Amino acid sequence: MSKAAYKDHLGRPLVAVTGMGVVSSLGQGIEDNWAALTAGKSGIHPITRFPSDGLSTRICGTVDFIDIPVANAVERSFAFARETTIEALAQAGLSGDFGGPLFLAAPPIEAEWGARFELGDRVKPEQMTGNAYEQFLAVLREQADPAFHEAALFGAISERLADMFGTRGLPVTLSTACASGATAIQLGVEAIRQGRTDRALSVATDGSVSAEALIRFSLLSALSTSNDEPEKASRPFTKDRDGFVIAEGAATLVLESLETALARGARVLGIISGCGEKADDFHRTRSSPGGAPAIATIRAALDDAGISADEIGYINAHGTSTPENDKMEYLSLSTVFGERMADVPVSSNKSMIGHTLTAAGAVEAVFSLLTMSTGTLPPTINYDNPDPAIPLDVVPNVKRDATVTSVLSNSFGFGGQNACLVMSAEPA
Amino acid sequence: MTDKRHEVVVTGIGLVTSLGVGRQAHHDALMGGTAPVANADSERFAPYTVHPLPEIDWSAQIPRRGDQRQMENWQRLGVYAAGLALDDAGFKDDLEACSSMDMIVAAGGGERDTTVDTLIVEEGRKRNDREQLLNEKLTTELRPTLFLAQLSNLLAGNISIVHKVTGSSRTVMGEEGAGISAIEIAHARIAAGQSTHSLVGGAYIAERLDMMMVLEAVQGLGKTPDRPFWNADGTANGMNFGTSGAFLVLESLEHATARGAHVYARLDAVAADRGLRDGERLEQRLIRLSEDAGATGTGADSVVFCGASGFPELSARERSFLKARFPDAPVRTIGALFGHSLEAQFPTGLALACLALDADAAISPFAAGEDAAATGAAQSAIVTTIGHIRGEGIARLSRMP
Repeated sequence: MSKAAYKDHLGRPLVAVTGMGVVSSLGQGIEDNWAALTAGKSGIHPITRFPSDGLSTRICGTVDFIDIPVANAVERSFAFARETTIEALAQAGLSGDFGGPLFLAAPPIEAEWGARFELGDRVKPEQMTGNAYEQFLAVLREQADPAFHEAALFGAISERLADMFGTRGLPVTLSTACASGATAIQLGVEAIRQGRTDRALSVATDGSVSAEALIRFSLLSALSTSNDEPEKASRPFTKDRDGFVIAEGAATLVLESLETALARGARVLGIISGCGEKADDFHRTRSSPGGAPAIATIRAALDDAGISADEIGYINAHGTSTPENDKMEYLSLSTVFGERMADVPVSSNKSMIGHTLTAAGAVEAVFSLLTMSTGTLPPTINYDNPDPAIPLDVVPNVKRDATVTSVLSNSFGFGGQNACLVMSAEPA
Repeated sequence: MTDKRHEVVVTGIGLVTSLGVGRQAHHDALMGGTAPVANADSERFAPYTVHPLPEIDWSAQIPRRGDQRQMENWQRLGVYAAGLALDDAGFKDDLEACSSMDMIVAAGGGERDTTVDTLIVEEGRKRNDREQLLNEKLTTELRPTLFLAQLSNLLAGNISIVHKVTGSSRTVMGEEGAGISAIEIAHARIAAGQSTHSLVGGAYIAERLDMMMVLEAVQGLGKTPDRPFWNADGTANGMNFGTSGAFLVLESLEHATARGAHVYARLDAVAADRGLRDGERLEQRLIRLSEDAGATGTGADSVVFCGASGFPELSARERSFLKARFPDAPVRTIGALFGHSLEAQFPTGLALACLALDADAAISPFAAGEDAAATGAAQSAIVTTIGHIRGEGIARLSRMP
């Protein structure tokens, strides 16, 4: 291969994916997840982590099959990320210190209520003056609680991953809400393009489902309340979609410059050929009515990849199943894809795994790469009552064989966050 | 080609601390020759000391009351300081420039509702079904919009809404390390030609019991308000929270020159790492970081902006390192005058360094009796932040010719 073959249309190093790992409510590992996802299986189930009687939403896509030493978001998010990273590094054939930077999309962390109640129990009667925090402070002045401290730090997860996998430098812990996973990949791509490193570890994890997290989204009317048939609750692009299903998961991608990947004989699973982003200034939770920022994001990703919309063979939708997102996503996609829209299959993994929030962009990037490598489009399940205002080929209910060489994956989040990735089967 | 290196310069400073609002207020307070009197409150949260939010008119940077109501003070302060930085750089109402401007915010979490939390804790003492209680109370008592005021990436989201910065929006997290990463990423992108102009910074509100709880879980807060930051033996007296909103506009030199912008300083390098701190490992890492940042051979015309947290032993190690590494450079102890602002600590240090590198006079000591007087206007600056638990960063800046 000539040197030029390792560069993209702007002369930048091409970025290959050489290892992937994934965890979702469908299971642990690429193999189990892909089998379930292409079989149209749902991972959504009744909440068992905490009592949900009386709550308007009582279903979720939590990951409850990975052991954790203490039930909190840091331990859970770390454990998921650890598992996906072990899987990804094994697939990449890398052992020992990773030696490149770590970009981690992680959920915002707060002290858990269980820990607050425990602190409250340590308050002596004479300390019961002032508000709860003044009481907690009186307790902590008498006896420190380093585990409580660590479980409330945003930097706790990446610290442990950095130690375990020997990444280089100060790991970056990031949040762009529901676009975080895509941003973690984008940061990895940028670092390689900068020439700062030949490889980067992009990880996204979310193990933050708790009563308070769920209630917060409920209060914003964001969640599906279709509790009676959990596996049918997430139904993107249908007329009766009523919100997203809160879920957990993680994904890891090993990114390498194509040149170094091939030089060490690594198997290339796909190319991250373009990243696009554009913030929305319209509203904290709603998109600009015309969809301009989302449209600009999609176009930026295509431009970055140096390809036209005509070359995209499949779209992995953000597809949350909220009335707002799916409508806006259709508006944005149809603006960019024009007359060709009806011919481009668009499916939502969230119909099966729910919305894995911080992890979603990376989990769905892994599935996008698998779509190309296996020649199978995962379906959008629960597509029983199509929304006539969203005339998309959503790969309804059943997987489909198709040869795809370029995929667009969308991620849109609260706070005006938009990030899109273009992935290709081989160098463009 | 992407490997063409661009010089990175600072063209906008937005700074709000307990000492005042805006660049000029800080310039006036810090260039007078003697250490200013710290604005510290040791009564309200006794036994803790905080450097509080100064008097501020939010409307000056957040004109719509509706926007103000959607935020708590942490987000308000960040949005305000970001507005100051944009104003200062001459970008404030330049919609075109803002729509292509990149943004990286170092964020923690927003304020909790102390009243609701207290209600739940106290009710919980009387009940065995605490999880059920939690569901009931959170459902009925939480303000729906509070979630957005608490969400880490919504500081950036509000900057997009209020100031129309929409080129990109990224939020980094992880206490002190977040502030270091934010600057490191912005610098690397501009240097590599991936970005031409970026808004970068963070905010921290000192007057927060929910955050005091987190730091006091390792008994990290100072409880001796009558004592200075540094002890005679080189140790420190614990962390005092400091309110700070610190945002910078970073640009490639070409971009700044082309639009005739005033350049405060050049950001030469940012180096960051983390790891074990036992034995001499922290010191070895700091030596490597200062070498990576090109922070060598600095003399008396260089100023070190030391971000020591106030943790007693850790701060002592930082101080020893600085004395050994930069023996001739006067140190400015940020914590002594401004307190510690976690995510905002590193951006605050950079903002102060830029003030010094833009001024014709020497910058005053921050810790009276400890920080050496500077002989003249600073020609270069070193900014350090050593995270109270993890993460270390060093930046090097230079005066523009």
